[in-house]
Amino acid sequence: MVGKTESQNGAVKATAAPAMNLESDLFSNFSFKSFKLKTKQQELLLRVSILGLVYILAFITRLFSVLRYESMIHEFDPYFNYRTTLFLTEKGFYEFWNWFDSESWYPLGRIIGGTLYPGLMVTAAFIYWTLRFLRFAVHIREVCVLTAPFFASNTTVVAYFFGKEIWDSGAGLVAAAFIAICPGYISRSVAGSYDNEGVAIFALLLTFYLFVKAVNTGSLAWALASAFGYFYMVSAWGGYVFIINLIPLYVLVLLITGRYSMRLYVAYNCMYVLGMLLAMQIRFVGFQHVQSGEHMAAMGVFFLMQVFYFLDWVKYMLSDTKLFQAFLRITVTSAVAVGALALGVGTASGYISPWTGRFYSLLDPTYAKDNIPIIASVSEHQPTAWSSFMFDFHILLFLFPAGLYFCFKKLSDATIFIVMYGLTSMYFAGVMVRLILVATPAVCLISAIAVSATIKNLTSLLRTKSKTAVAGSSKGTGGSKASSKASFDQSQPFQKNGAIALLLGAFYLLSKYATHCTWVTSEAYSSPSIVLAARGAHGNRVIFDDYREAYFWLRQNTPPDAKVMSWWDYGYQITAMGNRTVIVDNNTWNNTHIATVGRAMSSYEDEAYEIMRSLDVDYVLVVFGGVTGYSSDDINKFLWMVRIGGGVFPVIKEPDYLVNGDYRVDKGAAPKMLNCLMYKLSYYRFGELVTEYGKPPGYDRARGVEIGNKDIKLEHLEEAFTTSNWIVRIYKVKPPNNRW
Amino acid sequence: MEALLRPRIMLSLTIILIPIFLFISGASSHQIRINNAERRIDLSTHIVKVFLTLKVENTGKTSASEILLAFPPTQVDHLAFLEALAATGKKKKKTYVSLAVKPTQLPDAPNETNYYTIVLANPLNTGETATLEILYILTHSLEPFPVEISQSESQLVYYRDSALILSPYHIKQQTTFIKIPSNKVESFTRVEPTDRAGNELKYGPYEDRPPYSYSPLLVHFENNNPFSVVEELVREVEISHWGNLQITEQYKLAHAGARHKGIFSRVDYQSKPTFSGVSSFKHLLARLPPRVHSVYYRDEIGNISTSHLRADSWKISELEIEPRYPLFGGWRATFVIGYGLPLEDFLFESSDGRRYLNFTFGCPLVETVVDKLTIKVVLPEGAKGPSAVVPFPVEQRLETKYSYLDVVGRTVVVLEKKNVVPVHNIPFQVTFSPVLPLHFLSIDFIIFVSVLLGTFCVSGMI
Repeated sequence: MVGKTESQNGAVKATAAPAMNLESDLFSNFSFKSFKLKTKQQELLLRVSILGLVYILAFITRLFSVLRYESMIHEFDPYFNYRTTLFLTEKGFYEFWNWFDSESWYPLGRIIGGTLYPGLMVTAAFIYWTLRFLRFAVHIREVCVLTAPFFASNTTVVAYFFGKEIWDSGAGLVAAAFIAICPGYISRSVAGSYDNEGVAIFALLLTFYLFVKAVNTGSLAWALASAFGYFYMVSAWGGYVFIINLIPLYVLVLLITGRYSMRLYVAYNCMYVLGMLLAMQIRFVGFQHVQSGEHMAAMGVFFLMQVFYFLDWVKYMLSDTKLFQAFLRITVTSAVAVGALALGVGTASGYISPWTGRFYSLLDPTYAKDNIPIIASVSEHQPTAWSSFMFDFHILLFLFPAGLYFCFKKLSDATIFIVMYGLTSMYFAGVMVRLILVATPAVCLISAIAVSATIKNLTSLLRTKSKTAVAGSSKGTGGSKASSKASFDQSQPFQKNGAIALLLGAFYLLSKYATHCTWVTSEAYSSPSIVLAARGAHGNRVIFDDYREAYFWLRQNTPPDAKVMSWWDYGYQITAMGNRTVIVDNNTWNNTHIATVGRAMSSYEDEAYEIMRSLDVDYVLVVFGGVTGYSSDDINKFLWMVRIGGGVFPVIKEPDYLVNGDYRVDKGAAPKMLNCLMYKLSYYRFGELVTEYGKPPGYDRARGVEIGNKDIKLEHLEEAFTTSNWIVRIYKVKPPNNRW
Repeated sequence: MEALLRPRIMLSLTIILIPIFLFISGASSHQIRINNAERRIDLSTHIVKVFLTLKVENTGKTSASEILLAFPPTQVDHLAFLEALAATGKKKKKTYVSLAVKPTQLPDAPNETNYYTIVLANPLNTGETATLEILYILTHSLEPFPVEISQSESQLVYYRDSALILSPYHIKQQTTFIKIPSNKVESFTRVEPTDRAGNELKYGPYEDRPPYSYSPLLVHFENNNPFSVVEELVREVEISHWGNLQITEQYKLAHAGARHKGIFSRVDYQSKPTFSGVSSFKHLLARLPPRVHSVYYRDEIGNISTSHLRADSWKISELEIEPRYPLFGGWRATFVIGYGLPLEDFLFESSDGRRYLNFTFGCPLVETVVDKLTIKVVLPEGAKGPSAVVPFPVEQRLETKYSYLDVVGRTVVVLEKKNVVPVHNIPFQVTFSPVLPLHFLSIDFIIFVSVLLGTFCVSGMI
């Protein structure tokens, strides 16, 4: 706890900037009056310096992880990205594009170039090459580590412009400040979190901004820019599907609400056609834009736009409104009918692929649980709890509805867009924890509108008062609600005090937000999860570096062609850090292969040995938290292995591992549980070890029980390496015995 | 395994013995006689140190200025260091003069015997005697047997040599002492008179042995000292005229002892440290110069958190590091140590205006053999006319390296040496003419200004 208060103090210091920015923004409003001549320049200077500060803040607040730990790649997927980036910088783009990786998914292998979104790697490699060209002798790892913070900084600039586009520059500045420190975004963009989302959120917001700009201006150039933004997004993240569905939906809403315009026509057509053609250049996406059910809405809307344009033209030609009404009815009906028919025929003939499971699971949160255990087993795919909304958005959660109110009050093409973006993304954020990330920019923008509009109203109220004494009837512009002519004299002091109180309250909330964000960033989102830190008995910091110990042992002391079997979570890390071939990894493209590993883990040793022999496995790696009390280990993930294994191989039955529906590892555990491979490998010789004073030997600290099987004998495997805190245990698969 | 090895040992012995019996003695060696030779072989670590004291007498007619040392071919490959001192004066007031030693080829050498010539400071006249103190160091000379051991076994090694000192001269009297690390000796060859007292074996004294006498000797004993061998070490010394000397050392460390066999059990390793993994090692000690700062210790996958630094501003700083895992026989670990040093401690101006770097050769790790050491001295950009002075033969070449904001690149003086032992940790010098600081400041300045201008342009767009 002592450490926490300390860091909170630090947090106040670090995030004083946005609050200050707001204050200085406010201050600028006051000072305009005294320096009338230079108001414009002053305002520009203030805006640029605030934006510059926000830009820097967004970067440095993400460096907690580097300060707390080190400049390293975090978690699971980033290791794959890092490995591919390394390959790209060493071998060049052509090799990268045609890379067949035999080190993963043994014996199947994986066509890396055709199954990944290259945007992130190419971006990092481009930054690296640029820096190298400028003679900055940086290491590619540092570039990768700092890519996400860099793009987060860029996102703040985009947020500013976006806010400026949909509301005003004040809202833009507030949005930039909000998004710079919003935990929902920071969770995916701290230094070291080298994942697709890091650049994708930038690309997403950029595409939306450019599209809204294109809709507002009707300019072909902006639409073209947004098509390129979309291309960048497609190259970076699978979440581009959100864009290609949201924008048609938005266009549809505009059409329905009668806001069809030439601007919209230009913007959408240009963006869609060019964006689609560009997106097809990404091998992983390929022809999905014309063949996959998920992309059909965009195409439908595209054709609908043409129908609208046609109708517009007919309307222009026809002077008779009645005739036109009839024509309209016929055309729309037949267009919809043709579209539906085309879709039906396409789907039935198999030309248009149906929606994927992931897409279904977004629309129906219970779908994955019943049908795709491999998606359901990932913790970040779980439905979001209220607490994590609170954790990630803090006051933005309350400002969001207020912002929606302001948007509805001043409805325009742009505000409709942000409202739709906010509402849909909030729904998705509720379905899956990780999609909070997508909702964050919308929430920040909408909240920024609320804050900016409120503060503007309040300050203008304050300012008009000093003026009203002289000028009388002049009222605050915008929505100053409280100014009523009747009780003018009486309400003045009350209004003033009320406005001051409200302003102070707003600043209190905003500073609370800043404190909260910094605290969350430093405490919750800056852990690399490769290195585990804990507090020792004397309050000192204890570091468990077991993962890297094991991976480095694999890298140095096993044959270079050794195949390592582990649960898929650790696949990317083993290939990236251990440099060894794995059977399955985090790219869960082949469910059967994963199920085979799950089956091996949940079988008896001799059955598992057959499976391992058939997969050429040399080493088996398990993660075990019984000594340290590390709870996300393989024993706690084991039921998912059983489920996924059982989903393909019915010989594995989940009830065999449970006792009356309870999952336990102590004496009362199911006999199959006590003798399956995973149990044996995790607890091998654990029964001899005293983990906690006053507890019997073999006391599992992660689950708080004494294990049920202390006399574990291994027949076909032998212990090859166990890390110093037992977190990773590696076993060697023995060659078969001689027959005579 | 044992059956396989035995013929190999026999074979190697015969190879050594054949040339000895077939020798034809060199003509020049007749006039020198060794009156007394005492040899002390220290086998307590994996670096074999041999101290040889020779009392030579010139019995010939002419004065002699050179003394030959003979080594069997098996030892020459492992010979890392050879030093000869001439002792003058009486017991308490003994002073030593270092003598030049150079490898020599003799046309009539008995098959494959290698020679080193010690050049005496003062030629030895007829009838005069001189005392020579010779130290030579052998690496990779302890051969583990059995070759593979399990975690609970301790490590046994062979040491092979001759009970009689190989020499082209007649030796009147000689004794050999072999010091082994513990009392545990499996076996040793007896060449009477042979005596064993605790951890010391005594061979001799042997009287009046003719030149090229040889008597194979084999000691099989326990040695659990860390057999830490750095297979490759690249040390980069980067001189920055901003006042810093940045050292980056890349290690490829291996345990060169008996290979680990079978399981590694963490329970046994943790609970029975005295019985389990006795030949493995976990700690390494690096001696770094005083006033060292910004020390880091990492490998390809990140920082290694197990290290302690005892920095000192006057004395040698000690960096205690642990590899990620204990090293058992045959296991490897690669890592990088980097640190900064104040430049004024190492860079000096010579009288002719040139600068010279005075830095320590060798490997900072204690009791470690380096199979291949590369030292790269990165000079400041634009430095000209580099030359290196190293007190022993090394391979030299020049490279170019581009670092931060370099335009023409930095000249790198590369020094390479094989088979480096701790006694090689002696200073060497690299001299160069620096360019005017203004020159490369301007390059940096131009880039800095252009970057600054670019930033302003970008900010102007907002």
